[in-house]
Amino acid sequence: MMRYLLPLIAFVILAAFLLVGLNLNPRKIPSPLIGKPAPVFNLQQLHEPENVFKSKDNLGKVWLLNVWASWCASCRDEHPLLVQLAKANVVPIYGLNYKDKRNLAIQWLDQLGDPYTKSIMDPEGRVGIEYGVYGVPETYVIDKSGVIQYKQIGPVTVDVLEKTILPLVKELQG
Amino acid sequence: MNLKLFLNLIINYGILTMTCLRNLFCKKQFILLFFILIASPLSFAKEALPVAENPEIEKRMIILSEELRCLVCQNESLAGSRSDFAKDIRREIREQLLANKSDKEITDFLVARYGDFVLYRPPVRTNTMILWFGPFAFLLVGGVLLFFFLKKRRKSLQEVPLTNEQLKQAENLLKESSDGDNK
Repeated sequence: MMRYLLPLIAFVILAAFLLVGLNLNPRKIPSPLIGKPAPVFNLQQLHEPENVFKSKDNLGKVWLLNVWASWCASCRDEHPLLVQLAKANVVPIYGLNYKDKRNLAIQWLDQLGDPYTKSIMDPEGRVGIEYGVYGVPETYVIDKSGVIQYKQIGPVTVDVLEKTILPLVKELQG
Repeated sequence: MNLKLFLNLIINYGILTMTCLRNLFCKKQFILLFFILIASPLSFAKEALPVAENPEIEKRMIILSEELRCLVCQNESLAGSRSDFAKDIRREIREQLLANKSDKEITDFLVARYGDFVLYRPPVRTNTMILWFGPFAFLLVGGVLLFFFLKKRRKSLQEVPLTNEQLKQAENLLKESSDGDNK
């Protein structure tokens, strides 16, 4: 009996491991920045290049930092949802235009709608490195004291927004 | 000519000789190919030179980034990847090296932003224990199982001494066959 049972058990264990492995997303790498102060930056604004946006000005409010680019296909997927979220007026969204060209970015926003309270430019991706950006779009939830509370890698979906981001924002807004 | 090129040449020439020995009619091609083989590594040799302004920094940057994983194309190192992400990080490493940062400061900088995942050799922590010691644990378990299996097997294969009768029978059989051979 054991003769047949042992290989079967071994197979089931192996299959279980492989099944779990298949369902893991290798792109989801836990960010070490969660729970840490968001890197401070001063960047040129997209629409008004003469004005500099300072991330320190956002201390005292809960905000979302959405990293996007006009060359990024999945940014297009998540964009309608961001526009919708902006209309609901729950939480300000700041757009970090990542490694992009000003005219392309402005054209993109004109076409698809501008959900951003303010848009800022990171043409060389330097602030992106500070924030550990490696796959646009990425969205950070930053609390009143300027600490990163959550990071969404890849597009924000309805599911993530309703189950994770919005409850978290509400809790942080307290 | 450096050592690598020389070895490359020897190997190529060796392969050629082996294939030619099988076919004795390729004398002409043999000579031609010999010159091609000598010429080709020499002509490629120049292309591999680093194009940076500061070869010293470039060398250190490559050594450092070979130990780091590209997060966009995860099976490539930051040194080998052609993705924009890897290019940006290489630029960052280059700049930090120019600013006289040590290798450790730079890897710490990247780990603080991208996590241990950027390291091809993550530090030993509670959550990387399986990674580091798992293979040895499996080896140990396998070794123990093998030991018991062999022990059991040896027991079942133990020789049973022949009885006198069987010995006689065997001797007779051997005699018969050797007699047969002599005839």
